[in-house]
Amino acid sequence: MYDDRLVIAGREFKSRLWVGTGKYKDFAETRKAIEVSGADVVTVAVRRVNITDRSKENLLDYIDPKKYTILPNTAGCYTVEDAVRYARLARAAGISDLVKLEVLGDEKTLFPDTTGLIEAARILIKEGFIVLPYTNDDPIVAKKLADIGCPAVMPLAAPIGSGLGIRNPYNLKIIMETVKVPIIVDAGVGTASDAALAMEYGADAVLMNTAIAGAKDPIAMAEAMKYAVHAGRLAYKAGRIPRKLYATASSPIEGML
Amino acid sequence: MVEALQIQVNGLPRDCQSGSTIGDLLRELEIKTERVAVELNLEILDRKDFDVRSLKAGDRVEILSFIGGGGLAFGERLERGRTDV
Repeated sequence: MYDDRLVIAGREFKSRLWVGTGKYKDFAETRKAIEVSGADVVTVAVRRVNITDRSKENLLDYIDPKKYTILPNTAGCYTVEDAVRYARLARAAGISDLVKLEVLGDEKTLFPDTTGLIEAARILIKEGFIVLPYTNDDPIVAKKLADIGCPAVMPLAAPIGSGLGIRNPYNLKIIMETVKVPIIVDAGVGTASDAALAMEYGADAVLMNTAIAGAKDPIAMAEAMKYAVHAGRLAYKAGRIPRKLYATASSPIEGML
Repeated sequence: MVEALQIQVNGLPRDCQSGSTIGDLLRELEIKTERVAVELNLEILDRKDFDVRSLKAGDRVEILSFIGGGGLAFGERLERGRTDV
């Protein structure tokens, strides 16, 4: 395998599959799925510590921050103020300046509020955060996010957790062509072929949670996703043949009887 | 006699001793200070100030840490292997 590392804001990543840590049966399953997926970036959420039951285990006892890049998100935030607050809390909790920025616009679709997203990104970038924004598959917004200093942009394939796959391949392709920072397709992947397609289109990485955690066998799906992302990346680098309406024979006519 | 005062921690009322600090509260709750963030009346505290900042009646303390999460809004539940569409 040749060296094909992803570099974002001076950080190198081996894997082009990034995974979330939510919705697993337990921490042991979370750890196993992440191990099998080969991901080296994992997203986490910031929430109140349970102070009434201290027996509860901590996710980071299972996911070693020395081994993985922990990417805190601002999931569940519907306003600029909330998203900025959660990002600051994540940094205060002492992992890094990285944040996966989400400013959601609607509870039913969980689509990003892109005007709020740009506003929150500006504030956090000014404060020294490395902002990786979860955005819509809108090429103009994606470009704006890159222009204001986001070192990567994360457009959705489909609504979070929907498993619908890539709903707007042409927009994603335009984003990959026009936005000059790494593009990480985030959310909406349903199965391995969706992830492979995203990579074949030229995505630099794919981030997913539900597609793995929600599968009947999350560990097997984690493995499938690892190969899908890798195969998609290789196919993209190799360069696919053009689509043609009619056949072109693979075997020579010459020498036939 | 040490006076008791009431504060709020993660939305729940709680008594603590007058003069005690954020650091004291975390130790009392058996919460390791690494990888937690503490907000005191909406102000995010620097870790090194945990043992300096003392609590007064009516203070609102939030103690947060990392949990499993992807891109899902918190609280949403998932049914395994569901096929809706």
